[in-house]
Amino acid sequence: MKKLISSLLGLVLMALSLSANAQSDVPMADGLRSEGKIYVVVAIILIVLAGLIVYLFLMDRKVKKLEDLLAEKNHPTK
Amino acid sequence: MDVPRLNILNETIRALYFHVPMWFGMVTLFSISVYYSILYLRKPSPELDRKAVESANVGLVFGILGMLTGMLWANYAWGSFWHGDPKQNGAAIALLVYLAYFILRGSVENDEQKARLSAVYNIFAFAAMIPLIFIIPRLTSSLHPGSGGNPGFNMYDLDNRMRMVFYPAVIGWILVGIWVTTLRVRMRAIEDKIHDLEDEKTH
Repeated sequence: MKKLISSLLGLVLMALSLSANAQSDVPMADGLRSEGKIYVVVAIILIVLAGLIVYLFLMDRKVKKLEDLLAEKNHPTK
Repeated sequence: MDVPRLNILNETIRALYFHVPMWFGMVTLFSISVYYSILYLRKPSPELDRKAVESANVGLVFGILGMLTGMLWANYAWGSFWHGDPKQNGAAIALLVYLAYFILRGSVENDEQKARLSAVYNIFAFAAMIPLIFIIPRLTSSLHPGSGGNPGFNMYDLDNRMRMVFYPAVIGWILVGIWVTTLRVRMRAIEDKIHDLEDEKTH
């Protein structure tokens, strides 16, 4: 789980640094601005997707907590 | 699907199918939340409180996604991520107001007090959110479409070809939001049940 999270974080940081490089002071048709700025739409879809996946991760953790609580109740360790 | 050919916006106009439904989803979920809060105040029950808090939770996620997508879009359409535009500021304040709702819930120990206080706060938060997002930005000049008019029915903002994609997208995202909300309500119900069992054991 920890490895997965750190690798995901690495990917996000990489994507961020790439998009930062793509920006310049003068708006030219490079990076996200190329092809009629269609990659801005792609990035926006990716933001939504990433947000939903993060939310699902948090819900996964919540369900895990519930399972642990229930297991503890059925087999008390103390 | 063809879209109108506009300067500066270019193909980014397609982001409308993703950015705007987020806000539709947020407003729908916050409305559901305030509806359950009012029901809770009329006749308190843990189930109504669960529905109110989880609708607000999923609504906040939609709002944050709407904010992030809007910021990226703003960078390429307006020139920078944050402009201090009335629409951006209003939406940011509304999100903070709802964030405070969860902080309020986290700061009260007693469950019934927590539910009642947060239900009252929720009504105020909703009453603050509507003018912040829908009224103030339209009274002032804003870069965001829809200032000084009703954007939803403006033929210059949305033509018929786009409506055929946009409206199903709105309905779809709202349904996704409601579905996630019901899942979270059920999870919270189970959590409450486990805690109730625990209390019975210790007493």
